Amino acid sequence: MRVTTPQQDFTRGIWRENPVLIQMLGLCPALAVTNTVVNAIAMGLATFFVLTGSSLLVSTFKKLIPNQVRISTYIVIIATFVTVIDMTLQAAVPDIHKELGAFIALIVVNCMILGRQEAFASKKPVGRSLLDAAGTGIGFMIALLILGTFREILGSGSVLGFSLFGSNFEPWVVFVLPPGGFLTIGFVLLGLNAYRKRRDERATALSPAVPQEEAA
Amino acid sequence: MNNLLLILISAMVVNNFTLFYFLGLCPFMGVSGRVETALRMGAANLFVLTITSICAWFLYAFILPAAPYLRLISFIVVIASSVQIVEIAIKKISPALFRALGIYLPLITTNCAILFFAIQSTNKGYGFIESLFYAWGAGLGLTLALVLMASIREDSELVTVPEVAKGTALTFIIAGCLSLAFMGFAGLLSAS
Repeated sequence: MRVTTPQQDFTRGIWRENPVLIQMLGLCPALAVTNTVVNAIAMGLATFFVLTGSSLLVSTFKKLIPNQVRISTYIVIIATFVTVIDMTLQAAVPDIHKELGAFIALIVVNCMILGRQEAFASKKPVGRSLLDAAGTGIGFMIALLILGTFREILGSGSVLGFSLFGSNFEPWVVFVLPPGGFLTIGFVLLGLNAYRKRRDERATALSPAVPQEEAA
Repeated sequence: MNNLLLILISAMVVNNFTLFYFLGLCPFMGVSGRVETALRMGAANLFVLTITSICAWFLYAFILPAAPYLRLISFIVVIASSVQIVEIAIKKISPALFRALGIYLPLITTNCAILFFAIQSTNKGYGFIESLFYAWGAGLGLTLALVLMASIREDSELVTVPEVAKGTALTFIIAGCLSLAFMGFAGLLSAS
């Protein structure tokens, strides 16, 4: 296994291994609740809390958790944190909780969270695991924000509820409806692919002799 | 009877789990390459959904009134263990079916569609029979979406697409179009 610096642990999840846009994990919440920016932020924060909380616990107790039942143990730990955030949101911001609905509960089966526990928190020290969880959580939030901003601007002509274009704007309603979620992420991925392709082409054109080191 | 039919149709096409609620997207992207695997995955889902609906109803009716805050934890544990038990049972009873379902059976545990179904069906306060019909509707809907997607993807292998659009980007855009088409079913419920 490659040795990584604490900095790398933190920044890796934010962009280069972004859970949603690169690794395609946690797609279900990323598409379901990003019809407005507010929902995207709430979902991002909730997931961030669950991810860091469970990484902390898993990494602290990694020596005590028997290997055979580790997955179920992780799931129960994650489910506990989700129950906490579910009840907190219900008490603090009932409107948003109602809009997110069952998708708060579905954080339990977000494969991104289980993946971080299995791949990182169960092997590394507590501090590193927290950094990794925070980085991945922020990456998830960024992806949600990108999708949420696109969809709210196109679908209702506003950001965070503030109208952008005045009353003459005819909202492109389909973008706040389910098909818009699929189309938005499809086009975002398309853009990312095109960007990456151009960058690679430029890199090879500039330095034909030096082999490009692949980001792993 | 009318009510049951309504639940079935609504879960199957109008509020299709994959195309309306974005559930089970991982298998939707992962195994929708071929129609045959898509069908098997759909069958496995249908099977597990049926088992879950029975378990969830029992929990909801007899245990959860005493401890409502345990809902999420108990559901996920029950789903995980029932999938495991079903797996062992099928392996013993019908090795042929077990081979046909293959890796898809254990993977279903982490499929968000199952947990969503359990939560939704208890939220709506469905009884035993209603919940069973809801499970079948959801399972058939998942299968329908998977098979449609797989057929389109099999065909799209034969056409030339721009280099940048290959892979997941194209799949998502196709899914968007399918989802648009399924929105047409929304009129079905208001009409009936």
